[in-house]
Amino acid sequence: MTPKSLYFDAPLHLASGAQIGSYSLMVETYGELNAARSNAVLICHALNASHHVAGVYADQPKNTGWWDNMIGPGKPVDTNRFFVVGVNNLGSCFGSTGPMSINPATGKPYGASFPVVTVEDWVNAQARLADALGIERWAAVMGGSLGAMQALSWTIQYPGRVAHCVAIATTPKLTAQNIAFNDVARTAIQSDPDFHGGDYYAHGVVPKRGLRVARMIGHITYLSGDDMGEKFGRAMKAENYAFGYGVEFEVESYLRYQGDKFSEYFDANTYLLITRALDYFDPAKSTGGDLRRALAPATAKFLLASFTTDWRFTPARAREIVAALIANDRDVTYAEIDAPHGHDAFLLDDPRYHAEVTAYFDNIGREVGA
Amino acid sequence: MTLRSDLRLIADWIRPSTRVLDLGCGDGALLAHLRDARQCRGYGVEIDDGHVLECIRRRVNVLQSDLDAGLRMFSDDMFDIVVLSQTLQAMHRVEDVLRDMARVARHGIVSFPNFGHWRHALSLLGGHMPVTKAIPYQWYDTPNIHLCTPKDFEILAAKLGFSIKRRALLTDGAPVSLLPNLRATLAVYRFDMR
Repeated sequence: MTPKSLYFDAPLHLASGAQIGSYSLMVETYGELNAARSNAVLICHALNASHHVAGVYADQPKNTGWWDNMIGPGKPVDTNRFFVVGVNNLGSCFGSTGPMSINPATGKPYGASFPVVTVEDWVNAQARLADALGIERWAAVMGGSLGAMQALSWTIQYPGRVAHCVAIATTPKLTAQNIAFNDVARTAIQSDPDFHGGDYYAHGVVPKRGLRVARMIGHITYLSGDDMGEKFGRAMKAENYAFGYGVEFEVESYLRYQGDKFSEYFDANTYLLITRALDYFDPAKSTGGDLRRALAPATAKFLLASFTTDWRFTPARAREIVAALIANDRDVTYAEIDAPHGHDAFLLDDPRYHAEVTAYFDNIGREVGA
Repeated sequence: MTLRSDLRLIADWIRPSTRVLDLGCGDGALLAHLRDARQCRGYGVEIDDGHVLECIRRRVNVLQSDLDAGLRMFSDDMFDIVVLSQTLQAMHRVEDVLRDMARVARHGIVSFPNFGHWRHALSLLGGHMPVTKAIPYQWYDTPNIHLCTPKDFEILAAKLGFSIKRRALLTDGAPVSLLPNLRATLAVYRFDMR
């Protein structure tokens, strides 16, 4: 498959009151849309992923899609049956319009002037994408973590356009602790001397040190303590302490490697924007904190899954969503998977988790004639 | 698909088009049957991965959880009837769960293996904890921590203010009329909880 860029020239009104006059979204599709247009599945990405959901590019055999173990021919979301759409969200840095893009009004990169966007704004942009692809109703909208927030939001914003919502490892809103971690990450970026208030492009630099720290702190929250202990323990690179402050423990080496790799490809402004979208997500804000009422418009059927060792978005948070859906008499299935890998478990290969998603999509397939 | 005989009896005690909660719903057979044959709607709570997968395959609304956390997901009076089928004996806090059942529904159905079966008594007389088809576990490796007899259960039900409306004492799914307290392997009750 090859990614393509879709251009939208009608202005998009944002939750902040700002608007974007025109924009492009990077899109990748897998499988075939059937004649009834009933077998389309939208995959929403989380913080650092993109439209490249599955498979590899012909010229980049090592660049595997971020949810390749879940989506593809014969996989839980079987692209022999479903037409799967991956999209890079507005404000991200993988080819869709974002802070790195040229602002047509100024001829310069948006940088700090790129408007803050929310989960709801992304969903509105995705709905236009659905229009452009000729998809009136998704067989399913699916995502993990922040991606699952978009899937949930779809069911509230466009209830008639989603048959099934598959929301993995998610929460109805961030806790103070979640926001605090995001704030540390943003502060690391903003206090990098190369940040220049977000307009670093003009200075020909990138706030890599800040991004690196942001990624390191984020990465810690994606893993469980036990998982980290098992992977690294107190293993050291050398036999004895060096009595200095360099990299001595394996876990330090691993985190720095992850941080370095990330700072090479990810845009700092996008990191700020996406973590802020996470902070702001709170569908019950407009219903006085009542999640049941917030989800009242939703008519989709739901599959939710959480992982027991996910301390970022714990099972208890997922159960809040489940309880609200039950109170609304919605069809909902909830899997609580006893996996050791923390928040990252949603991206990993777990036979129980994958069997459940397989079974659920098999039913969807029968329902929509795929 | 044929329904296990004790589940068939339970299904017959549930009115069509009602809202049902099945605690410890296993593979979802009862809920699937109630949906297809009686137009009931409902949810099942189940902890076992294999059973949860079976429920998904059957398109049964299943919530994977233990019963305590599971019951907290339901608000007051959400259901017409709540079923606890062959789960009571494995629960830690029997009384609390029964009280919570009364919170979410007016009517309840409970089934459990009869510990008062004569084979069990015989086994105890011989100096051993019983291991039978109905309770097929060694004492040191059993999920069953709260075994009881029909009479014991009726005392607890009375204490909780539950009024028993129907009772069936079964062996291999068939009612036992002669000496049921000694000869039945399974007890099934339907009661009003409020």
